[in-house]
Amino acid sequence: MFPIREATFLALDVKLLRIEAPRIARRREAGQFVIVRVHEHGERIPLTIADSDVDQGTITIIVQGIGKTTKLINMLETGDVIQDVVGPLGEASEVSLFGTVVVIGGGVGTAIAYPTAVAMKQAGNRVLSIIGAKTKDLIILKEQMQATSDALFVMTDDGSDGTQGFVTQKLVELLQGGEQIDRVLAIGPIPMMSAVADVTRPHGIKTIVSLNPIMVDGTGMCGGCRVTVGGQSRFACVDGPEFDAHDVDFKILAQRNTLYRAQERAALESLEADPAGDLEEIRHCRLEQKHPEVGPQAK
Amino acid sequence: MAEHLPPKERTKIPRQSMPEQDAHERAHNFDEVNLGLEIVVAEKEAQRCLACNDPKCVQGCPVGVKIREFVDLVMDGEYLKAAAKIREDNVLPAVTGRVCPQENQCEGSCILGKRFSPLAIGHLERFVADYEQATGQVGLPDRAPLTGKKVAIVGSGPAGLSCAGDLVLKGHRVTVFEALHEIGGVLLYGIPEFRLPKEIVRNEVDNLSKMGVDFQTNVVVGKTVTVDELLGEEGYDALFIATGAGLPKFMNLPGEHLGGVYSANEFLTRVNLMKAYDSEHYDSPIYDCRDRNVAVIGGGNTAMDAVRSALRLGAKNAFIIYRRSEEEMPARREEVHHAKDEGVQFMNLHNPVEFLGNDDGYLTAVRLIKMELGPEDESGRRKPIPMEGSEFDLPLDVAIIAIGTGANPLVQSTTPDMQTNKWGYIVADEQTLRTTKRGVFAGGDIVSGSATVILAMGAGRTAARSIHDYLITAEW
Repeated sequence: MFPIREATFLALDVKLLRIEAPRIARRREAGQFVIVRVHEHGERIPLTIADSDVDQGTITIIVQGIGKTTKLINMLETGDVIQDVVGPLGEASEVSLFGTVVVIGGGVGTAIAYPTAVAMKQAGNRVLSIIGAKTKDLIILKEQMQATSDALFVMTDDGSDGTQGFVTQKLVELLQGGEQIDRVLAIGPIPMMSAVADVTRPHGIKTIVSLNPIMVDGTGMCGGCRVTVGGQSRFACVDGPEFDAHDVDFKILAQRNTLYRAQERAALESLEADPAGDLEEIRHCRLEQKHPEVGPQAK
Repeated sequence: MAEHLPPKERTKIPRQSMPEQDAHERAHNFDEVNLGLEIVVAEKEAQRCLACNDPKCVQGCPVGVKIREFVDLVMDGEYLKAAAKIREDNVLPAVTGRVCPQENQCEGSCILGKRFSPLAIGHLERFVADYEQATGQVGLPDRAPLTGKKVAIVGSGPAGLSCAGDLVLKGHRVTVFEALHEIGGVLLYGIPEFRLPKEIVRNEVDNLSKMGVDFQTNVVVGKTVTVDELLGEEGYDALFIATGAGLPKFMNLPGEHLGGVYSANEFLTRVNLMKAYDSEHYDSPIYDCRDRNVAVIGGGNTAMDAVRSALRLGAKNAFIIYRRSEEEMPARREEVHHAKDEGVQFMNLHNPVEFLGNDDGYLTAVRLIKMELGPEDESGRRKPIPMEGSEFDLPLDVAIIAIGTGANPLVQSTTPDMQTNKWGYIVADEQTLRTTKRGVFAGGDIVSGSATVILAMGAGRTAARSIHDYLITAEW
């Protein structure tokens, strides 16, 4: 059982949760993720660790409510408990002194890019950040990114914050402006990461993306998260989640991520029609935690 | 209580058969196939035992269960004592009674089998274990006084559980770390409900808890905590690595990325651990098999488990595609027989060469090539050879690859001073199961490569003896 110490919305459908998980907090490095199972009947989903606090023994995840499980997580509040959290999984981001690093975060991808941006800055890099979203209300971690970047550019589809346009536009502008870029980290929706790869490819700029395919165990056991990189099948959970963007087959990745669309839609509809059952299962856990003596009988 | 008959009379009794759920009915549900023996039937079967002075069956058992003695107790109607007798050597009797390949072990060595059918040892083992569970009077052995030593066991599959059981009885403090959210390893994620009900595994795990074993789920040793941390700041005196062979092998064929192509590990994990077959109550999805064509590639127990699961998920056609003939099939005979009864179609002497898909990235067919058997290869089996020009396409919606597993490198990669071989398996001394790192032992599939539940349990026992010696003598 993993208690939630803090739960706050950062934007519409985007929630920050600080979870007590001391072992994970102690070992976690930028770029790694956890697998979360909300309750006894839940699925296992990967979520990148946005931050951790060793003294408090907590990790922070930032979750955008899209499907049933993520929407359900967004319904949780301080004091609720998550059934299972396991990690830190995956390889840490490769961080060293590269020179000028452009960090690009699209939508909730900013939450995943943020810890690596911090690490890049600490390693002495000049960090230029571009964060983008559909609209102003969906821009997250703006102040934090500002604080860790030498320059921050905000892009929105509707121009309600920063400049109107896609993150790739700003990247092209930087390149056209003669900016010497040594490395790019791009994390966001698949079309965005693919577009960034296309921009940097002709310039030969090493570009890293963090992939989020469907996973089950997260330890290399099932192979469900296999992605095609440089023509080879790789497991995102143990070989990744970060890969060289110029080698990733984004089309296959996008196709594999739609495998369970029908079931996902049905699950979401049933949650939205009646979230009580799922919430009760979680809240019952909270009862168990506070009053172990009522445990199983309460069920 | 049954009469002890003279040997001649014993051989006249036919081997008692295990009642099964009707094949047509069970092909559509996940309930257990074998229903278990009635008391009278079990006693009658026990009467068949020749009570050899030098029982070959015991030698055939990887953990040395005192078979003659427990069968004797069954004949006397002392079922609880029989169960306790098994538990002296085997901490998971209800599990092994169901999943051991008895035909190659105890029953394969039974003298009766030379002229008649061998004694149904597996069925009797299951009978006493189930009887014990049903009465709730599990005869747990006594624990020795505490030694003050702490042992960490990495992995809660059969090797880890059997090692934990033996060590805790010797008075050591034992903590088992499991990466997944539930205890049992392959018994849980790998073997389906209809062959090994999860309730059985949970009961056995509960018994170990009662004996004093501490279980911690959601800990990936190598990631959440390292071997050095366990031996250092966490204060463990010894460590047993029993992580199994969990890395699925793919075939590296074109189209393997297509939607609908699974590793057997993923397919079975979704079905068993995540309970995707009960979609009304569980959230984990599985590709809709209803009225679809599903093929499993491979001929082992895992392949049989996967294909029979696909049938139960509603597959219209469920195929086994195996490159050799049925004779070479490594699966337990009973599983092959059950699969056939349920309607699984066997395409032996076939091998896939490519997976074909549509524009949306979904599997539509598999291209197969016919095979013939040539001379024996290094495994002693006749080598399958592709027949040139015999390719054809089999329309398919789901393909499950069950051609074996390799070593998962997570623990090894963060334990650089522990030696592995070229395939990534941990190097351990055959007798003592000591690795090249002081205080660290390893056994089961992570040392031997994929084998069986009972061999892993045997390794767990060996490790327990060896760890105990090390803890007592402090000599490496």
